[in-house]
Amino acid sequence: MSAPDIDRSGGFQIRDLKKLFGGGGSLKQFGILGALVVIIIIFQVWTGGKTLQPGNIINIVQQYSYILILAIGMVMVIIAGHIDLSVGSVAAFTGIIVALAMKDWNFPWWAAIILGLVVGGLIGAWQGFWVAYIGVPAFIVTLAGMLIWRGGNQFIGDSATVPVGTGFQVIGKGYLPEFGPNFGVNNATMLLGILVVLVLIGLEVRGRRTRKVMGASAAPAWISVVRVVVLGGVVLIAAYLFATGRVGTSFPVSGIILAVLVVAYSFLTNKTTIGRHIYAVGGNKHAAELSGVNSKRVNFFVMMNMSVLSALAGMIFVARSQASGPFDGTGWELDAIAAVFIGGAAVSGGIGTVAGSIIGGLVMAVLSNGLALKGIQSDLVQIIKGLVLLIAVGVDVFNKSQGRPSIIGLMTRNKSGQGPIEDLTSAQVTPGGGTPDTAVPADLPR
Amino acid sequence: METGRSSHPTILEMQSITKEFPGVKALDSVSLTVKAREIHAICGENGAGKSTLMKVLSGVYPFGTYAGDIVYEGAVVRFRDIKQSEAAGIVIIHQELALIPELSITENIFLGNEPGRHGVINWVEAQRRAVELLARVGLDDDPDTQVKNIGVGKQQLVEIAKALNKNVKLLILDEPTAALNESDSQHLLDLILGLKGKGISSIMISHKLNEIEQIADQITIIRDGKSIETLDVKADGVDEDRIIRGMVGRTLGNRFPEHTATIGDVFFEVRNWTVQHPLTTERLVVKNSSFTVRRGEVVGLAGLMGAGRTELAMSIFGRSYGKFISGQVFKDGEEIKLRTVAEAIGHGIAYVSEDRKSLGLNLLDTIKRSVVSAKLGKISRGSVVNELAEAQVSEEYRKSLRIKTPTVEEGVTKLSGGNQQKVVLAKWMFTDPDLLILDEPTRGIDVGAKAEIYQIIRDLAAQGKGIIMISSELPELLGVSDRIYTIFEGKITNELLVAQADPETLMRSMTSSSQKVVA
Repeated sequence: MSAPDIDRSGGFQIRDLKKLFGGGGSLKQFGILGALVVIIIIFQVWTGGKTLQPGNIINIVQQYSYILILAIGMVMVIIAGHIDLSVGSVAAFTGIIVALAMKDWNFPWWAAIILGLVVGGLIGAWQGFWVAYIGVPAFIVTLAGMLIWRGGNQFIGDSATVPVGTGFQVIGKGYLPEFGPNFGVNNATMLLGILVVLVLIGLEVRGRRTRKVMGASAAPAWISVVRVVVLGGVVLIAAYLFATGRVGTSFPVSGIILAVLVVAYSFLTNKTTIGRHIYAVGGNKHAAELSGVNSKRVNFFVMMNMSVLSALAGMIFVARSQASGPFDGTGWELDAIAAVFIGGAAVSGGIGTVAGSIIGGLVMAVLSNGLALKGIQSDLVQIIKGLVLLIAVGVDVFNKSQGRPSIIGLMTRNKSGQGPIEDLTSAQVTPGGGTPDTAVPADLPR
Repeated sequence: METGRSSHPTILEMQSITKEFPGVKALDSVSLTVKAREIHAICGENGAGKSTLMKVLSGVYPFGTYAGDIVYEGAVVRFRDIKQSEAAGIVIIHQELALIPELSITENIFLGNEPGRHGVINWVEAQRRAVELLARVGLDDDPDTQVKNIGVGKQQLVEIAKALNKNVKLLILDEPTAALNESDSQHLLDLILGLKGKGISSIMISHKLNEIEQIADQITIIRDGKSIETLDVKADGVDEDRIIRGMVGRTLGNRFPEHTATIGDVFFEVRNWTVQHPLTTERLVVKNSSFTVRRGEVVGLAGLMGAGRTELAMSIFGRSYGKFISGQVFKDGEEIKLRTVAEAIGHGIAYVSEDRKSLGLNLLDTIKRSVVSAKLGKISRGSVVNELAEAQVSEEYRKSLRIKTPTVEEGVTKLSGGNQQKVVLAKWMFTDPDLLILDEPTRGIDVGAKAEIYQIIRDLAAQGKGIIMISSELPELLGVSDRIYTIFEGKITNELLVAQADPETLMRSMTSSSQKVVA
């Protein structure tokens, strides 16, 4: 296929619109992000405005932050071609140890958190050892782990509930503090929102400059402006909502932890060598090994990392519920896995993004929350969640089998922080109308 | 046709078969006539189109995806899948055996063809028939033995028993002896001859010309997707040299770059390299092989598929294949240890695999990510990848290697085979290697891209790098190399300067372990 000229004029182009939030040649690029927006709007209308009330969105963040934290680790495990079923049990096991450490051994809350992370690391090292160095499939190792750590929780805690102190509860129940003059909003939250908008603007400017240095064509300037305005607007509105809740509430601490992790892990998966190696091992293990990648170390890392994040999620949950119990974290693995797959990861590995998984997790969160607001019974909620998972992945698989660009494919194309603008090509470069997919060579005979 | 009236009627006639893949004409008006009670050999270089032809015949490529007619037992047949061709008595036994290792011999023989009623298998009947079939192929193992517990030679016999159970009339064997030792091979050849006596015709694809000479009645030679000639072994007095001439007899043309090599000193040397098969401990895939590479030199490694060339290369490249037994590697006069791929890359060695799609590339990746993937550290600070450098580096390679793509952010699957190969080459050039091992660098790519790849290879040599080029295409080896080693059954059998080499000599050394003639 030859390289046709790409229009570099500054004029208005319909396809420029598409570059706003994605790079592909069709509306599918909005994919799961669009689905999230639609679901939010539907529930907002259906619940008579309850969905986007400050109290409710604060609740959503607090209630689902630990699932989303698990989804971050899970997507890396799934990209590498594995699965982790033990996350809920690891969370519960860590929770009971941390609770007991504070109650019986008088650990201060901060030392208990460190202890919890260390416990998670040790569990992860154990599971990673079996997966990476012995070669037992992660499904089996973590199925065993699911039993072992659940049993461990109930054995150590005597199947009882162990309360935790208020200092520790901050990571699950805490909010950004109040300070400064009273404008009727939470100043810290608004300040955070403004800070995020500034960072967005900075990234956009830097992204455009990088593109220029690379000699590639950037989208017209108005695209950048519109993008910053839309994204910045969403952030500011969200900040305002979080800042105007019931007195004493604001943006939750667990949300801050989640946001920091999302940024850190997006960076790790996109911009670091270990991130590249995870994608490489999941995409083609043999090719990766022949390129000098130590696949065992990669597998060990993703399994260990998952358990550390599980420990963190477990501690946040314990903090929020003010106690560690014998059935904490039951079924979490399924929520996390569902979030990852709705967010565009492939069962066969090599494909997936942190951002996609977070959006996938938010879809599930808003769905569950909205249905609960409407008073739908939990049995029906489960049925609906199951169908959403099946349909979301089914549509994507079907699209791919039809040779159409998949939502998954488009999402993974835009991995970097500079975001969608990067992808200047896939919008139909062939004037003749042939899609690039037709250039895929069939398997040739030997 | 006159053959139709002879004592042996024609069982199969493939008329002007043409089969195209996107961008490649794999078969171009190929004709093949097989008589009843005949062993018909098909000879040709790798990639000549032999296997494609057999896939057309057996319905793997169904009717409608090829042009031309297949006349079988006097009528035009249109197979839509293997089931239909098998029902007609045409059974193909592939190079990679299609047996299930965990199942017993009996279970394998009747797989997909189980005796019994309403889906309930009659194991007594199956057992009885299995014993009978095994006797016919001369296998006296317990039919309850798991297939993984018998050797490759016996597995081959199980395949034939399986074919006999399907009332085979025309048996197609694709490289049946490639993985067998000498006595197993002989047993198999005798069996094929025996089947012929019982009225079963065979089509045999083989690189082992001595075997063909021994058992074939007719030989059809295929070259570049065309049927060149059909030889009658007895009437025409065919010998190996005659077959070789047919296989390679094409003009080299000027698709190879003009070059004057400036060859330096020996800088890379492998001594007494011996490697064991990863699973079968008694099998050595590389035996006591030694060779040298000079700076600025393209060293050809000529061998047919299965000769041990890839195994040799991969075992040197960080022990990526088999079990290391013995041998030493020297670079710039000092012995180096290459225990892992990372160590090999660190010592400036690059290996471009023959299997681009499963070993060379992550097909989910973009071009730019692929290009830097074998030495990410080079564009990273700490462990943070500099994406600007990544884009710049891959953009340079896109230009210098003329990779046809609108941008380096395109996924590698969207490229043609030739351009994918350029990406793989870029990936390894990026590692700043001193020695590049190129395994079938032009496999499955079209002629134009081939010429470009040849030019890239010569350019790399001109920069003073050493190149080992593995290929089974003799014109390519002769056109690009400065010196050529031949390899047969894991042993280096000959070494020739390109000026002294000709296709016949090479093919002879590639198909038999003749005396080593050191140039």
